Amino acid sequence: MFKANINVTLRKSILDPKGKAANAALQNLGYSNIKDVRIGKFIELNIDAANESAARDAAKEACEKLLANEVMEDFTIEILQTA
Amino acid sequence: MSTTFGVIVFPGSNCDHDAYHALKHVLGVETRFVFHKETDLSGIDAIIVPGGFSYGDYLRSGAIARFSPVMQAVSEFAAKGGPVIGICNGFQILLESGLLPGAMLHNAQLRFTCKQVYLKTETHDTLFTSDIPAGKILQVPVAHGEGNYYADADTLKNLEDNDQIVFRYVGPNGEEDNAWNPNGAIGNIAGICNEKRNVLGMMPHPERAMESLLGSTDGKFIFESMLRNLVSA
Repeated sequence: MFKANINVTLRKSILDPKGKAANAALQNLGYSNIKDVRIGKFIELNIDAANESAARDAAKEACEKLLANEVMEDFTIEILQTA
Repeated sequence: MSTTFGVIVFPGSNCDHDAYHALKHVLGVETRFVFHKETDLSGIDAIIVPGGFSYGDYLRSGAIARFSPVMQAVSEFAAKGGPVIGICNGFQILLESGLLPGAMLHNAQLRFTCKQVYLKTETHDTLFTSDIPAGKILQVPVAHGEGNYYADADTLKNLEDNDQIVFRYVGPNGEEDNAWNPNGAIGNIAGICNEKRNVLGMMPHPERAMESLLGSTDGKFIFESMLRNLVSA
């Protein structure tokens, strides 16, 4: 078994209103060293696959088809062996 | 044979009855609900993909609804030239389905916005807008948290070049100012159509602007245009 850790984030060129609001709140709390906040989604998949490459392919296809909307989002995939 | 409208019902749709009421009771048109598991659209002349929170808006608005059995049928219906209008969540579903280009971001001001807006019709060359009087500014309500339409520069240029931008947010007298944009949508875009011009997506709710008791009857122009074009087709 493999675990895929997937991060889905808004593309860099797209304004992230949630991140902006969180950043404004952090600034209000005095964290002036924090310069920017981007908020995305973390998705964990458990995949039954023969090897790491097959697991990565499955996760990539799931992202392209459903989990991310590539018009506005980017995704990264990290594969870990769990058993 | 009389014209029949189909109103799609997903788990979480909440404007399906508004759309049904607008067509069936206000305009007196044959209308039936089409459940998300149905795949047979025979006998239906036009489809409404209504607003709401299909599948709880999980993952992204419209992302799950897109893969429901009925949406495969709606895609085929649209490919054959059948008229499809997606309103609010319906617009989001059409974007996720790839029937319309672009995507929907959270409102720039981060709030769910529910209010009357004003729309300028940018093209009368669609079966949804042909009967809107020239220069008429439509008053129609919006109610959404994710109506901030986004398309990349190339897509936007294509939309402009092909006359696919159908409605823009303006002021009550047609003022072109970003201040009248309720959600931050790029180019103040409120509605677009596909290249074949038989699929319209719009964030405002014309089905809620059908009776003067509710503040506006401007939504009628859109459904009456559809009806007249369907009858004369």
